Amino acid sequence: MNTFLTLLIAVAVCVPLGWVFRAGMQSVTSNAQKWRDMPLSVAWGYVLGAGILAWLAYTYYLAVTAERTPVDTYFFFRNAVHGFVIFAVAAWAFRLLGRHVGTEGTKKLFRSMPVTASFGILVILLYAIVSIFAGAIAPFGQEEVLANANVVPGGNPAVGGDPAYPLGTDQIGRDILSRLIYGAQNTVGIAFVTTLLAFFIGGSLGFLAATLQGTLDQVISRGVDVLMAIPALIFALLLMTIATVWANELGVNRTYFMVVIIAVIDSTRVFRLARAVGLNIVVMDYIEAAKLRGEGLGYLIFKEILPNATAPLLAEFGLRFCFVFLTIASLSFLGVGIQPPLADWGTMVKDLAQFINFAAFAPQVASAPLLAAGAIALLTVAVNFVVDWMLHKSSGLKE
Amino acid sequence: MAKSNETLLKVRGLKIEGRSDETWNQIVNGVDIDLNKGEVLGLIGESGAGKSTVGLASMGFTRDGCRISDGSVEFDGIDLVGASAAVKRGLLGKRIAYVAQSAAASFNPAHKLIDQHSEGPTQHRVMSKAESEKDGMELYRKLRLPDPDNIGFRYPHQVSGGQLQRAMTAMAMACRPDLIIFDEPTTALDVTTQIEVLASIREIVEEYDTAAIYITHDLAVVAQMADKIKVLLKGDEVEEADTRTMLSDPQKDYTKSLWAVRSFQRPQKPHVATDATPVISVQNVTAAYGVVPVLHDVSFDIHQGRTVAVVGESGSGKSTTARCITGLLPPKQGHIEFDGKAMPLDYRKRSKDQLRQAQMIYQMADTALNPRKSIGEIIGRPVEFYMGLKGAEKRRRVDELLEQIELEPSQYYNRLPSELSGGQKQRIGIARALAAEPKFIICDEVTSALDQLVAEGILKLLAKLQDELKLSYMFITHDLATVRSIADEVVVMKDGEVVEQGPKNDMFQPPHHPYTDLLLSSVPEMDPDWLTNLLNERGVDNIGDAAVGKMS
Repeated sequence: MNTFLTLLIAVAVCVPLGWVFRAGMQSVTSNAQKWRDMPLSVAWGYVLGAGILAWLAYTYYLAVTAERTPVDTYFFFRNAVHGFVIFAVAAWAFRLLGRHVGTEGTKKLFRSMPVTASFGILVILLYAIVSIFAGAIAPFGQEEVLANANVVPGGNPAVGGDPAYPLGTDQIGRDILSRLIYGAQNTVGIAFVTTLLAFFIGGSLGFLAATLQGTLDQVISRGVDVLMAIPALIFALLLMTIATVWANELGVNRTYFMVVIIAVIDSTRVFRLARAVGLNIVVMDYIEAAKLRGEGLGYLIFKEILPNATAPLLAEFGLRFCFVFLTIASLSFLGVGIQPPLADWGTMVKDLAQFINFAAFAPQVASAPLLAAGAIALLTVAVNFVVDWMLHKSSGLKE
Repeated sequence: MAKSNETLLKVRGLKIEGRSDETWNQIVNGVDIDLNKGEVLGLIGESGAGKSTVGLASMGFTRDGCRISDGSVEFDGIDLVGASAAVKRGLLGKRIAYVAQSAAASFNPAHKLIDQHSEGPTQHRVMSKAESEKDGMELYRKLRLPDPDNIGFRYPHQVSGGQLQRAMTAMAMACRPDLIIFDEPTTALDVTTQIEVLASIREIVEEYDTAAIYITHDLAVVAQMADKIKVLLKGDEVEEADTRTMLSDPQKDYTKSLWAVRSFQRPQKPHVATDATPVISVQNVTAAYGVVPVLHDVSFDIHQGRTVAVVGESGSGKSTTARCITGLLPPKQGHIEFDGKAMPLDYRKRSKDQLRQAQMIYQMADTALNPRKSIGEIIGRPVEFYMGLKGAEKRRRVDELLEQIELEPSQYYNRLPSELSGGQKQRIGIARALAAEPKFIICDEVTSALDQLVAEGILKLLAKLQDELKLSYMFITHDLATVRSIADEVVVMKDGEVVEQGPKNDMFQPPHHPYTDLLLSSVPEMDPDWLTNLLNERGVDNIGDAAVGKMS
């Protein structure tokens, strides 16, 4: 209650401060348009933002100067700030690089790009490189069981780390760094294939429904409605349980079933979008002109409709990739996804989850499960930033 | 009209920049405006001339991505360029109002008309809500909206386009502003609706002695409305004079060319031989969308090398007839003959050759050309599809077609439609139709979205191609000036029926069918006294839609 009251007072105090701030800026800039026409609410926002920044800076000062033994209280905060700064600088430098290197087209692209988007592209590139060259980068194999189990991340022998395993080892002594790198290959690769499959199924059916309409559209759409009515994760779990039995009988890897199941479930969402986008395109006169020319269905869909639907579909591809990726991680976490000994981020979070209880007195130990979770979060955020930027560009909005 | 000499709006050296491709480009290069109280200024020019931008800037407003870079806008002694947001808020809506081109897009569809009407007066504390509603009904009555006491309680989608435009004028009038900006308020309306809106706008502006800036590209309209006219071209002022001087004695070449647009006219062709087989013969066609009947027993012939203009207001079944001919909407009864042979009713059952023979040119070139395909691909596809030409041969044929439509092949072959102007896009639409080497082309309102100078170019091109290639056109239009310039025969449609048909010269001479007469009389003429005379002659209740209503 006390904290809540303090917050409320702080927020209220910002109102008169905002007014003073605006009045001050007005007199300093001799009534420039920006400050003159600024509503009080915006000035309040500025002051509140500045207050929060100051509080963060003060906490960071505490974090750097505070004693780290016996308990490193500010461990997570300090690392979060460092991570944020490193990524921000990297993204900014990456954008600067893009503005000066490359063709005229890419230079122009980087000039109009917000830092968030360049951060997203940078992270996606990093993930792509890591997953493609996983074998060369990883210090150990993903299945390799090493001498020491439960080595604490950080490589500091004083708190139970080992410089040979910078991110530590798990309960049976596999190197977490190597498993993270191989996990990128497995999780991201499978998610990519699944999303492609989902788009192939959903996209073609959606455009087909939009072009032909009538009964076919009704049949497919109602079928999709039925599939969408069942909660996705529970449906996937149910199907995976059935698939496990089949996989054992047929001797096929369970992962193939998972790819198909998630692709089918996610294709329903793609279908909805493709159909809606397609319906807006088929009413155009150029489609009518093509129909009257006597063009076939294939030409209509692939040569006339698809090129005009790429922008929304690409944006959806980014988002859908995130969802598929999270679904795979969730299924693995629940134990029916990617199977050991293959490294997978979801499984890694599950295996190391109990260490999170150590957060209060041994933060380094608790960071073990967070590494895999962080890898998932980072990619999701990065993809979303890029998608946001692409949507903004394709919608033709100006700032 | 007595005018005070008090200056209301004074714009000096107005320069506006627009942002594109990461740089600011000047789009208005120094325009001056002087407007006295109660005076109406007509702003004319082709699209891209900066008419609307200047109109908005005279309210101290610029669209996103635009900025006023230089010059001053002074409204009643207040500098609008430097004014604070609070000062502008107090002026806009209260003393300066704006009427947009598309009323349908400008009204909030979720609120009733009267609620939107009274929002301005209550916000500006000019009137209470009840007073404002009462005043709104009074304005609706003055603007001759039907059932003025109740129409305000309808939602925007429940009234027609012309009524909505008048309701918007009433809304602009709600605070009795000193200045109203009309941005092409009648461009999207039919002639018979336009005349009613024009008459009501003029009357109400005169009654309340409101100053107005009337933006349009239709010269005949501006001649009726404005006291003085300013001509803009690509952001530059060409000339300004009072309406009568401007019409009778334009100084600059550009203005003269604008004035001369409507003089293009083709000579009447001789009658066709009575035993000639028409290229297209529409025979007793009755059609319906689902159960809603649209066409009733429509019949007419189109002969080789002739242009048949189909005229009528929106909803009269012009475009539906075209859809029946192309086979998109198979008629319920009747059939279409091509060269004397009946064609299958559904386009899917027609042979490739039958499809090739009848091509179509669309009204909106923007939606008629696939924005993701280059000009070469758009024109090349029918060449490849119908003629089976590939590679260099195809390229040669496309170049030939581009030359026919008077565009330089090497320059345009690789461009995308978005890199062309409206008139050029329409030419590409023509080239795509020609690529099929058809006998017959349907032109659906091909010039109505274009400026008059550009439209004239398109009409001349179509006429030239007809003479060279012996094409037959079905020309759907609601613009009788177009009919006068290009048609050989005219078919007048109303409510899905053919009201009158015959050679052009007969149609433009009395006696007419009363509906044809009404259409003809509703087309604005360049004479500034035309509307006044027409109102005196016929009375307000016998023009436009009101008269159409009486007929049925």
